[in-house]
Amino acid sequence: MSNYPLLSLAIWIPILAGLVVLATGGDRNAPLARIFSLVGAVAAFLITLPLWAGFDVANGGMQFVELSSWIPRFHINYHLGVDGISMLFVILNAFITIIVVAAGWEVIQNKVAQYNAAFLIMSGLMNGIFTSLDGVLFYVFFEASLIPLYLIIGVWGGPKRVYAAFKFFLYTLFGSLLFLLALMYLFFQSGGSFSILEWHKLPIALGPQIWLFLAFLIAFAVKVPMWPVHTWLPDAHVEAPTGGSIVLAAIALKLGAYGFLRFSLPILPDASHELSGLVLGLSLVAIIYISFVALVQEDMKKLVAYSSIAHMGFVTLGFFMFSAMGIEGALVQMVSHGFVSGAMFFCIGVMYDRVHSRQIADYGGVVNTMPKFAALFMLFSMANAGLPATSGFVGEFMVILGAVKFNFWVAFGAATSMVVGAAYTLWMYKRVIFGDVANHHVAELSDINLREFAILGVLAIATLWMGLHPQPFTEVMHASVNDLLRHVAISKIQ
Amino acid sequence: MEMQKLYLLVPMAPLVGAMIAGLFCRVIPRWLAHTATIAGVAIAFIASIVIFKDVQAGHTYNGAVYTWLTSGDYQFEVGFLIDTLTTTMMLVVTFVSLMVHIYTIGYMQEDPGYNRFFSYISLFTFSMLMLVMSNNFMQLFFGWEAVGLVSYLLIGFWYTRPTAIFANMKAFLVNRVGDFGFILGIGLVLAYCGSLDYATVFQKAPSLADTTINLFAGRDWATVSLMTATCICLFIGAMGKSAQVPLHVWLPDSMEGPTPISALIHAATMVTAGIFMVARMSPLFELSTTALSFVIVIGAITALFMGFLGVIQNDIKRVVAYSTLSQLGYMTVALGASAYSVAIFHLMTHAFFKALLFLGAGSVIIGMHHDQDIRNMGGLRKYMPITWITSLIGSLALIGTPFLSGFYSKDSIIEAAQIAYEHGQPGAAFAYYAVLAGVFITAFYSFRMYFLVFHGEERFGKVDDAHHHEHHGDHDDEESSHDHHHGLAPGQKPHETPWVVTLPLVLLAIPSLLIGFFAIEPMLYGDYFKGVIFVNAEAHPAMEHLAEEFHGAAAMGMHALTSLPFILALAGVVLSWFFYMKRPDIPAAIQRRFSAVQTLLENKYYFDKFNELVFAGGARLLGKVLWRGGDVAIIDGLIVNGSARVVGWISSITRLFQTGYVYHYAFTMIIGIFVLMTLWINRA
Repeated sequence: MSNYPLLSLAIWIPILAGLVVLATGGDRNAPLARIFSLVGAVAAFLITLPLWAGFDVANGGMQFVELSSWIPRFHINYHLGVDGISMLFVILNAFITIIVVAAGWEVIQNKVAQYNAAFLIMSGLMNGIFTSLDGVLFYVFFEASLIPLYLIIGVWGGPKRVYAAFKFFLYTLFGSLLFLLALMYLFFQSGGSFSILEWHKLPIALGPQIWLFLAFLIAFAVKVPMWPVHTWLPDAHVEAPTGGSIVLAAIALKLGAYGFLRFSLPILPDASHELSGLVLGLSLVAIIYISFVALVQEDMKKLVAYSSIAHMGFVTLGFFMFSAMGIEGALVQMVSHGFVSGAMFFCIGVMYDRVHSRQIADYGGVVNTMPKFAALFMLFSMANAGLPATSGFVGEFMVILGAVKFNFWVAFGAATSMVVGAAYTLWMYKRVIFGDVANHHVAELSDINLREFAILGVLAIATLWMGLHPQPFTEVMHASVNDLLRHVAISKIQ
Repeated sequence: MEMQKLYLLVPMAPLVGAMIAGLFCRVIPRWLAHTATIAGVAIAFIASIVIFKDVQAGHTYNGAVYTWLTSGDYQFEVGFLIDTLTTTMMLVVTFVSLMVHIYTIGYMQEDPGYNRFFSYISLFTFSMLMLVMSNNFMQLFFGWEAVGLVSYLLIGFWYTRPTAIFANMKAFLVNRVGDFGFILGIGLVLAYCGSLDYATVFQKAPSLADTTINLFAGRDWATVSLMTATCICLFIGAMGKSAQVPLHVWLPDSMEGPTPISALIHAATMVTAGIFMVARMSPLFELSTTALSFVIVIGAITALFMGFLGVIQNDIKRVVAYSTLSQLGYMTVALGASAYSVAIFHLMTHAFFKALLFLGAGSVIIGMHHDQDIRNMGGLRKYMPITWITSLIGSLALIGTPFLSGFYSKDSIIEAAQIAYEHGQPGAAFAYYAVLAGVFITAFYSFRMYFLVFHGEERFGKVDDAHHHEHHGDHDDEESSHDHHHGLAPGQKPHETPWVVTLPLVLLAIPSLLIGFFAIEPMLYGDYFKGVIFVNAEAHPAMEHLAEEFHGAAAMGMHALTSLPFILALAGVVLSWFFYMKRPDIPAAIQRRFSAVQTLLENKYYFDKFNELVFAGGARLLGKVLWRGGDVAIIDGLIVNGSARVVGWISSITRLFQTGYVYHYAFTMIIGIFVLMTLWINRA
């Protein structure tokens, strides 16, 4: 199996499928475009499964490696590989792409081929990010993935889509430029190598480490997003179509966090230790401050967007405690957040498609007309609030428990999300779902159809599976996380 | 091997029942839903009996079912610990649950959510069993939160009612406050013991007895004993689940749920999870007298002050709810006095008689056509004889009538508190007097309700439908607790309920009468809990002294007839008879005379108003400030859009240079060349 270039296939199959879909042309051929998209997404997902099946859990290094020269003059290589940290995200990404294509099936009637092509191409590019072992290759994918998402928000978005798309683009571009500078520095410092794995071994003095760390921090913090560079996310979510929100929450937010593990921690271990207090502080602000902000949101999408930021706070918190529990908990949280927030945005989309409002005040008593939907939405709300037996619990549990050992007050701060997180989620659920039928829009609602039920059902199974038996997910991480921790523990200052 | 399958069967059977009734609730007929769930719980009950016998024969078990997660050096498993404490809880849970399942057939027969309800209560049974059978903290927390979820779903069962959906959210959030402490406690256990497995932790704990942790680096005053911190954190979890002051506020409101679950979840089983947990953790709590004193004081406050509130309630379910709060306080006092086995003993007897009282109240509610106001009742004993007799048994057991089950457990608690007091444990003196005074209060409010409901003038069927709570000020009480907002029509008489309702009453009345007499000797003074509950007899001698004074159940009952608690209980009953049967003008006069006290009690010591204002209101205000002030004004307004404006401003200036005239550009280029040449020449 490993004779096939699986990672290249995971990148290029969706991109090619996207081009094929694009070739179907105008909306006259929309049904064909949809079918091609679904076939492409499923094929791309299936091709990633051997990554998990054939993964050697004892090996902490890179697997399924592909290496060939790309631009020899600057030693830029087409260098791909996955380890226990990145492998799950490739699969998650491919999985979410199917969900997104299915989510837009009947809803998107305008420029169908282009819409689906954008998602497929973006999916391929994101796989490129998760598998690149070459700095330039990473950067190219990192930047290129912005374009489809920008278009998705800018073309298929809501009334303020242009403002949101610009804000999103400029915010992330600002971070990227600093990232590029850091890459250049590392290129020269390493004597002309763009290999990320080489950089992991590169000795760097503390001063430059700090500067590089800050450059990486800004680039990645925007993507995560961390407080205070988070304000693009609620706007982007509110304006994005449902599919865009799902990808944004489930995959795009993971890129920044992934960057911390691939770049900041292993390349700059001393600066990471030195500045861990800063990151931990920002993470706690994200968890506490943002949770309170989420509490008072009147727009459901904004509420879930803020809750995403708070959940990602757990991720960065887990990374910078430098313990296996912390990092693995953070990784579990990332995967889980992909399922749960994806499902939450889809649920909001289901209601939006029927009522054309995201305002909490426009709803009430939805359970009376959509009982099946209410039951599934309850499951995901509870997962969002971190209820045990759902995936949402596992990551938070690991990070909080890891934090108690690290510092009691950090754990104390993080654990407040148990109360506030439940408060904002359940308060929204109560106002939207429970109660008497609030108005004629709610009275006319029809319960979810088979397509919507299938999407939510699949996500529900994933959420429960990961909550009841997370072992298969963490098993693949152990060796790589341990390698990373060993690496971070060794000073690079000479 | 065979037994392990049986262990697994106990929680799984109700789960399967719940899934059948829940996943297909819209397609299957009602009989299938209740048959499937009752069969599931019955299987669990029978299996529990078999396991109980097996454990009595000395076969305890501690093992994993599967590995949930490994991370770093830590391993988390899902597994079972089967010992006498577990089997006691299993029997109580499955028996009461079975009774409630049967009862529900009658109680919910007109409800459109019939199948859903059965699904929930079976799911609850599964969750509760996972909680009590756990052999580690992780699974305990899983069960802990899962019962909270089902409680949330069931309190909000009638989801169109504003009060119900307010109460269920309140219950979940208040419980989450407790869980906040609980998870930190679990975190401390993991950080210092390196495992969440009970056996490992309990083995390791004594060596950590003198360990201290520093909450603020380098400050001496912030150094606390590790065990004290851990136990108090864990106990905060118990305070949420077992509704101890100040986290008790959710329990009275939980009466919004249908009565069967008030009996099962909010009286007999779930709310006792905290008591069970502390008893399970006895090897940890024994290491910290400070934590035990904290426990005993909280318990005493709950026992006494929640009892007072029972006196002024007019809703039949709320009276029983406050009595539950008060009894939970008694159990907590027992825990604090290191009489863990007494707490579990009271938990068991209480489960029977309180489930009986709740189901009896539910039977009255059915008979009264869903009127819950005891002022509209009276003389029901003529119309509902079985309900009357069983409720009387329940009430007598509750107030501690000698030889009934409640007497043995409650009297033991009072004596344990007395010994702790005499031994000089901080807080125990207060606890002793509180539980003593509580006896009088309990007898008074219990028989106030009993007399008003079953004796005296028949006040139902009056033209003026008086069940508007005109005396209740706050909004969440209005119209609350009425299952279906109607009552008896004028001239209509109450009727006895069908056999599916009365059978559970009778079956619960039997253990309420007898179990104390037969169980006290083995449970408290035999080897029943040997190796399960750990007591440091030197530091906390309550159990040892109790054992010395114990000369058999019969002697204990005889002796009690002359003791102070019995006299207090008798006084309470007589006084309530005098007040509410003979001279109803006296309590009315007292109410007028002490209106300040009345107001305080009616507002439940202002806990709800305080929480609503400070915590709920404060959180919303903080959120608004952070959002409008932080995100919108400063970050977006000042920095993001501000920098965009700065860019716009700069570009509006630079734009001036881009005129589009070739001669402007040529001119600038010439200037540029001049400047560069000047520089070059100077440098040369």
